[in-house]
Amino acid sequence: MSIRVENLNAWFGDHQVLNNISLQAVDKEVLALIGPSGCGKSTFLRCLNRLHEETPGATCDGSILLGNENINDRRIDSVSVRRKVGMVFQKPVPFPGLTIFENTVAGLRLSGVRDKTILKTEAEQALQKAALWDEVKDKLDAPGTSLSGGQQQRLCIARALAIHPPILLLDEPTSALDPISTAGIEDLIKQLKKTVTLIIVTHNMQQAQRVADTTAFFYLGKLIEIGKTEQIFKSPQKTETQKYIAGRFG
Amino acid sequence: MSLNWRSFKSLFMMNLVRLFALLGALPFFLITFYVFQKGFSSLNVEFFTKVPKPPGEMGGGIANALWGTCQMVSIASLMAVPWGIVAGIYLSEFGRSKTAFFLRMAVDLLTSVPSIVVGIFVYSLLVVTLGHFSGWAGAVALAVIMLPFIARSSEEMFRLVPSTVREAGLALGLPRWKVMYFIVFPTAFKGVLTSVMLAVARVTGETAPLLFTALGNQYFNESLREPTASLPVQVYNFASSGFEDLQRQAWAGALVLVLFVLTVNLATRLLLTSRTA
Repeated sequence: MSIRVENLNAWFGDHQVLNNISLQAVDKEVLALIGPSGCGKSTFLRCLNRLHEETPGATCDGSILLGNENINDRRIDSVSVRRKVGMVFQKPVPFPGLTIFENTVAGLRLSGVRDKTILKTEAEQALQKAALWDEVKDKLDAPGTSLSGGQQQRLCIARALAIHPPILLLDEPTSALDPISTAGIEDLIKQLKKTVTLIIVTHNMQQAQRVADTTAFFYLGKLIEIGKTEQIFKSPQKTETQKYIAGRFG
Repeated sequence: MSLNWRSFKSLFMMNLVRLFALLGALPFFLITFYVFQKGFSSLNVEFFTKVPKPPGEMGGGIANALWGTCQMVSIASLMAVPWGIVAGIYLSEFGRSKTAFFLRMAVDLLTSVPSIVVGIFVYSLLVVTLGHFSGWAGAVALAVIMLPFIARSSEEMFRLVPSTVREAGLALGLPRWKVMYFIVFPTAFKGVLTSVMLAVARVTGETAPLLFTALGNQYFNESLREPTASLPVQVYNFASSGFEDLQRQAWAGALVLVLFVLTVNLATRLLLTSRTA
């Protein structure tokens, strides 16, 4: 499923952090958002699953079209939006006190799925998709927090995938991980785009080049440039993009 | 020379600090030691199983007071624990609003209201209107004392759960109450349990609020509608009675209280340090 954003503005109180952003994430592709810290790319991501509005004082307007539905409409329940737009955070956050299995099916179980066999198959599928199954299949009852950082992040991806969202948002998913785990997550992203549309925020430009089909450059709350990843990195059209990619600021 | 002088100063100050730290803990050791010395010899089966004898007669015990304290503290907990935890959830999850700000201030003020005032309040609220002292009134007074304590300490425990955990729950398409109930609450459970236990230990030793409410009873109460004995009030009555045998039992009762509070505190320490959850 593709996601189309039109004229999105976002505020924290009176402070506007996103200015009139319009862009599209193509179905079953990876869109990378790059830009210096504080440029609004994380806020943008958090608007897409309506998490932005959970921060006291935070507001946004504009339309976010998932298929034909404007999910930014306040009349649409944010809870139902988040079941379609999954999210993985910067730091892996397995739910404390829950086992690997319980973590994986937390979203399903807490939205009312009780059947043990369904939960088991869903857990296996999700862990398979997150490339974690082989490592944890013999210790599903171990606490989620007992895994390594990279495994925990894949557990969080499995947890997000278990509710079958057509869109998956990744907010700097590897910035707390070592290079080997990072490579693992990047391979996973390339696998996942066969079934879901991914939007990834990253500080690492090599990472954007490795995984993204399309790259968008944000600066000071504005979308400066968006294009095919190769074009953005080889022949950026805007001077800000050129400077940022050359490492002259940010 | 200057090095020696400096290390001497360091050593001197270090030991001074150590001395004051020890002095701070000294009352605790003295109380425990004194209460043990005075009370331990009076602990026997009769003391725990019999009601008090009329003043002047030897023997008797505090069974009625133990039972009364047990009843009133349990009922106070049943009232204050759920209420306090829900208040704590409100303060931690919705604590930025103006209402929450004033509520938090009110709860803090309630914590510092002298317990005798709570006693007088419940006296005029229940004892005067119903026309008699009762165990129920005592339980309500204890609940009023527990409530702010549990509300504020469970608020702190919920705040210790990182906001990233809440966001991860919300991002899974779970409504806020489910995130709270199924994810945040279990995470904070041990801490909340600890604050409940400490609150219980605290009100078990409360005397003042019970003087005007439960009053005390020489015998077992037949129901909580009657005046009800409690351990601290009985210790107070025994100690001020002027009969040597009752004063001896007052020490023993005090020892039971101290042991209970010590045990609960140690148990919470163990609970907090254990990593099996």
